[in-house]
Amino acid sequence: MTSLISISNLTKTYEGGFTALNGVNLEVERGEILALLGPNGAGKTTMIAVVCGIVNPTSGRVTVGGFDIVDDYRRTRSMIGLVPQELTTDAFETVWSTVSLSRGMFGKRPNPSYLEKVLKSLSLWDKKDSELRTLSGGMKRRVLIAKALSHEPEVLFLDEPTAGVDVELRKSMWAVVEELRQQGTTIILTTHYIEEAEAIADRIAVINRGEIILVEEKSRLMQKLGKKKLTLDLQEPLEAIPAGLSEFDLTLTEAGMRLVYSYDGTAERTGITRLMSSLTENGVRFRDLQTEQSSLEDIFVELVGEDA
Amino acid sequence: MNWPAVTAIYKYEMARTLRTMFQSIVSPVISTSLYFIVFGSAIGSRIAEIDGISYGAFLVPGLIMLTLLTQSVSNASFGIFFPKFTGTIYELLSAPISPMEIVLGYVGAAATKSLVLGLIILATAGLFVPLEVQHPFWMMAFLVLTAVSFCLLGFIIGIVAKNFEQLQIVPLLIITPLVFLGGSFYSISMLPPFWQTVTLFNPVVYLVSGFRWSFYGISDVPVLASVIAISLFLAVSLGVIWWIFRTGYRLKA
Repeated sequence: MTSLISISNLTKTYEGGFTALNGVNLEVERGEILALLGPNGAGKTTMIAVVCGIVNPTSGRVTVGGFDIVDDYRRTRSMIGLVPQELTTDAFETVWSTVSLSRGMFGKRPNPSYLEKVLKSLSLWDKKDSELRTLSGGMKRRVLIAKALSHEPEVLFLDEPTAGVDVELRKSMWAVVEELRQQGTTIILTTHYIEEAEAIADRIAVINRGEIILVEEKSRLMQKLGKKKLTLDLQEPLEAIPAGLSEFDLTLTEAGMRLVYSYDGTAERTGITRLMSSLTENGVRFRDLQTEQSSLEDIFVELVGEDA
Repeated sequence: MNWPAVTAIYKYEMARTLRTMFQSIVSPVISTSLYFIVFGSAIGSRIAEIDGISYGAFLVPGLIMLTLLTQSVSNASFGIFFPKFTGTIYELLSAPISPMEIVLGYVGAAATKSLVLGLIILATAGLFVPLEVQHPFWMMAFLVLTAVSFCLLGFIIGIVAKNFEQLQIVPLLIITPLVFLGGSFYSISMLPPFWQTVTLFNPVVYLVSGFRWSFYGISDVPVLASVIAISLFLAVSLGVIWWIFRTGYRLKA
């Protein structure tokens, strides 16, 4: 895999003295979906703003497709589509005129049939002549996506695309993202909904206080930090964990009706077989069992700790 | 050059003008007509000729300048202030577009509108007073240069302004007084000598004088001075805009 975006030692200190980015290094690979996770004010939006040219960096270097974002801004910017976090729209313009403006601004000749395709894929075609102020929040969000896609970008930045969006629309947004990925678009998505990253990302980067504290493939990350739990629903309540089971990491909950076994899901020996036979030996019988992997949320809370 | 961007912005801005046709075209025409009726016909009939020209006709270049300046400033400033205000400026800043192209798009559209407005008012004036234009080429040149220069000024104001109040202050407190005191409604030779000298520091005097010369061949200041003044103004505005984009002043953090 080759890097499409390469960020090295990127620092941004605002005039007020606030350091939003503190030596960020990040490689984004072509064709992937990278989720950028972090609490509010971690530097997600600033990082995107620098790559897109909205904020001047204090120091460091960013290249997109091998081109420097300052020296070769025309090339890099025309490769990028940005969907901002805020629902900013020109209230009195129509969907069609704002999308046409975006395409032109990014240096592309008018192409009504392409724009039609984009609007249709986002279920906006029947709203093309509506004024933006008459649209619902979810539709405005989709208009912003349509604007970003209007100039056929290679990279799409989605800054909290599903903030304040209902479940149904969130799912349809994920479907759009998946479709784009299949067409080869590289996607960088910021979010603080961990489930979102879990659902659609290939890789996850965690940013906190202006520093990237972790970049990892999602599956490996979940594996690496993935503690698993085996929950056993008992047939009869236990007053205490039998002495014969003391070697296992067990907790007794639900008034003695449930035993929870914590283990490392990636270890060669999870100890489950031994636990099962020990349970039988100690006369503990159970009527149901389930295992669950700790979610990204747990991982995230662990990483960001008390700052979150 | 990113021509698609220039044309896209230009078309978008022109569409905005057409959508707000009443506010942008009809209302300045009505107010100018009122000036003609009140000053030109009612009061003007009691005023003697100035430099051999009837007062109504004398007014025409000044009134066109009045509208041209205020409309150029307010239209161009609003064009760039509004995206800043709503936040849609993010797109302009993230687009592969140079400062010069942004200015071409925005100021080009604003100046086009001002020009059209100026010509409409000229035609309207023809309904009230007999018109003659001795130097049509220079008339158009002054019209274009003035429209472009003051649209550039408006663009600067739109970028500098932090709120709607600041957006209104310059046209209201600076442009309007300068135009009224700039010989739009009188020849500065009618002033006492001291005020004549003071008036020479008013840049609008040069615009109105040069513009009036293109109509009737009479001027308060030499035509060359007018040309130099307007060119200087244009150069300063362009310089300020170049500096704004270079530093990102009020545009980028």
